[in-house]
Amino acid sequence: MSVTPVTSVPRTARTSPALLEVSADNWRLAILVGVVVSALGVAALPASVSFWIVGAMAAMVAAAFVVNAYRRRYYGGLLVTPAIAVLFVMNIFPLLWSLGLSFFAYQSNQQSIRFVGLYNYIKVLTNDIAAPDNWNALINTAMFVVLTVSTQMIVGFLLAMLFAKQFPLRKYLLILVLTPMMLSVVASGVFFTYYYDPTFGILSYVMNSITDGQFILMDSKAGAVAGIVFADAWMWSPFVMLLVLAGLVSVPKYLYEAAAIDRVSAWRRFWSITFPYIRGLLMLALLFRTIEAFKLADLVILLTKGGNDTMTISYHLIRIANEQNKTSEGAAISYVMLFMVIVLTNLYLYLAKRRNREA
Amino acid sequence: MESGTSIWERMGFRKSSGVAEAGWGHTLVVAGVSFIYFLPVLFIIFTAIKPQALALSVPPTLSPTSLFGLIPDQFVFTPTLENFGSVFSRVMTAGGQPEPTGFDRFFFNSIVIASVSVLLALVLGTLAAYGFSRYPLKGNDTYLFIILTTRMLPAIVVIIPVILMFRAAGLSGSYLGIIMLYTAFNLAFTIWMMKSFFDELSPDVEDAARIDGSSEIKVFLKICLPQVIAGLAATFVFGLILTWNEFLFALLLTGPDTRTVPVAMNQAVSSGGRGTDWTLLAAIETLFLIPVFLVTFFLQEHLLRGVTFGTVRK
Repeated sequence: MSVTPVTSVPRTARTSPALLEVSADNWRLAILVGVVVSALGVAALPASVSFWIVGAMAAMVAAAFVVNAYRRRYYGGLLVTPAIAVLFVMNIFPLLWSLGLSFFAYQSNQQSIRFVGLYNYIKVLTNDIAAPDNWNALINTAMFVVLTVSTQMIVGFLLAMLFAKQFPLRKYLLILVLTPMMLSVVASGVFFTYYYDPTFGILSYVMNSITDGQFILMDSKAGAVAGIVFADAWMWSPFVMLLVLAGLVSVPKYLYEAAAIDRVSAWRRFWSITFPYIRGLLMLALLFRTIEAFKLADLVILLTKGGNDTMTISYHLIRIANEQNKTSEGAAISYVMLFMVIVLTNLYLYLAKRRNREA
Repeated sequence: MESGTSIWERMGFRKSSGVAEAGWGHTLVVAGVSFIYFLPVLFIIFTAIKPQALALSVPPTLSPTSLFGLIPDQFVFTPTLENFGSVFSRVMTAGGQPEPTGFDRFFFNSIVIASVSVLLALVLGTLAAYGFSRYPLKGNDTYLFIILTTRMLPAIVVIIPVILMFRAAGLSGSYLGIIMLYTAFNLAFTIWMMKSFFDELSPDVEDAARIDGSSEIKVFLKICLPQVIAGLAATFVFGLILTWNEFLFALLLTGPDTRTVPVAMNQAVSSGGRGTDWTLLAAIETLFLIPVFLVTFFLQEHLLRGVTFGTVRK
């Protein structure tokens, strides 16, 4: 490959192009053109055409950024951009849209839309009629988060410890434990209603033959909560297990061999050898399970329909936004919820970082 | 890989027991735990081969065989394969002819949509995770946190803007729309997971390769990627499981041609106002479980091999 001196470019110090210079890496010009063309397109053409024009403009800006990053060796930006672009179009943009909606009075079954500022937030948090239900659902959600996540972490961890060793038939037994996670929640949730059913269910059949009288699990709040937590923990403990197990098997064997020679106690062996290897993955499991636990709705819908004071915030949200069409009020509730999740996850990440620095 | 393991050794008949190896005693304990854990699934599978009339019998029928007289007769049922047939074609109206239910199409949709979107997320997510791990940007943690935030809100909040967006673009009911949505849905987890695997790698090997004149692309493809195959497998399995069973987006954004199995399953078992059709639900779920079960089973080896296998120990 021969490069003539005239076109060759010094690899490091490359000046940015001037604003109006037409060149593939001039991202400033690309943004300018993109904004102008998109604005004209949206104003003049029907939505079905202008959507694609806006998309093409976004692609052009992105391409300019890519060329710019490549020529100036910003590999980080180059690698991250495609993923961020997809996330932006499909997730972040709709999220911002619904954030915007939360400041308006809007119902999806009506045409009118009116700016009301923080009214929706004040309403869902303090209104005499709406707020108590919201708070109650939030408190229930907090309870479910604590119960399900702690159960999953403990059960998942114990299961992972069982499978950490190499033993005969391990791979056949492991897949049995992983299966609950693969079930569709539609099917497993519906089948749990059967297991818990007072007349036909297995649980009641067993309980009735042990004790006198009719056993109905969903009769009390404690029973209903236990039923939901059990089903959720049963489905998702394997998730925690798999992450922990991936960490456990990555511990180099020679460390254990050394520990065995030094006669280190099992307790110390765990904390000083095993734990550092699984800390990151435990954190990840905790993070994702907490986030998912906040969104618990499907099992509640299937098992109790929110009865016996088991309404969670996500189910409440579905009712408000979908069944009652109160779109902007639902958006406000979900941003209150998002705020809580953000505080909690930041707390997790902060603690994890501090531990990392100590270690 | 250990070379020359005999078939006996691979089946677990190992003479030498190393530090982290256990024998058949351990297998027995784990088998007991695993079996109990698996019971609710087993019941669903057995329901799929039950005659429809026995689905809600009291006492519940539990097993297709009496296991040589171990299980009392009242709990035993005669297995049938009828239910699997009625997944694909059954009598819809009283006294009518069996009609095709379109489930072959729904299974095809589920496979295409889930596998394409998970693979796409894996490619984009792994590149991004490598970028976040090796070439930290200004405000790296902030970007990562924003990515995580996309998973925090319940789907119902994003769904209304997404529906409007898809309608404007003519994407609702198309494969492209739902695949892109699921790709985004998987990206957050993929990026976080793969970043934690890349972070675990020792940079020494990479630096050595760079000094020897390897390009950045070569370092990524030849040195980093092979070390995180376990991570790729685990991420793929998780993504597949989550996407495979996703319900809400699929319910609202797929059309008759692109409908996935969870949505169709929900409609099939709750239509007609006759209550849940238990044997049909179990048969659909059992069939629906098979692909993802097999993928997990065959990727398991990678899943468990560990991140630092075969590389320089830290």
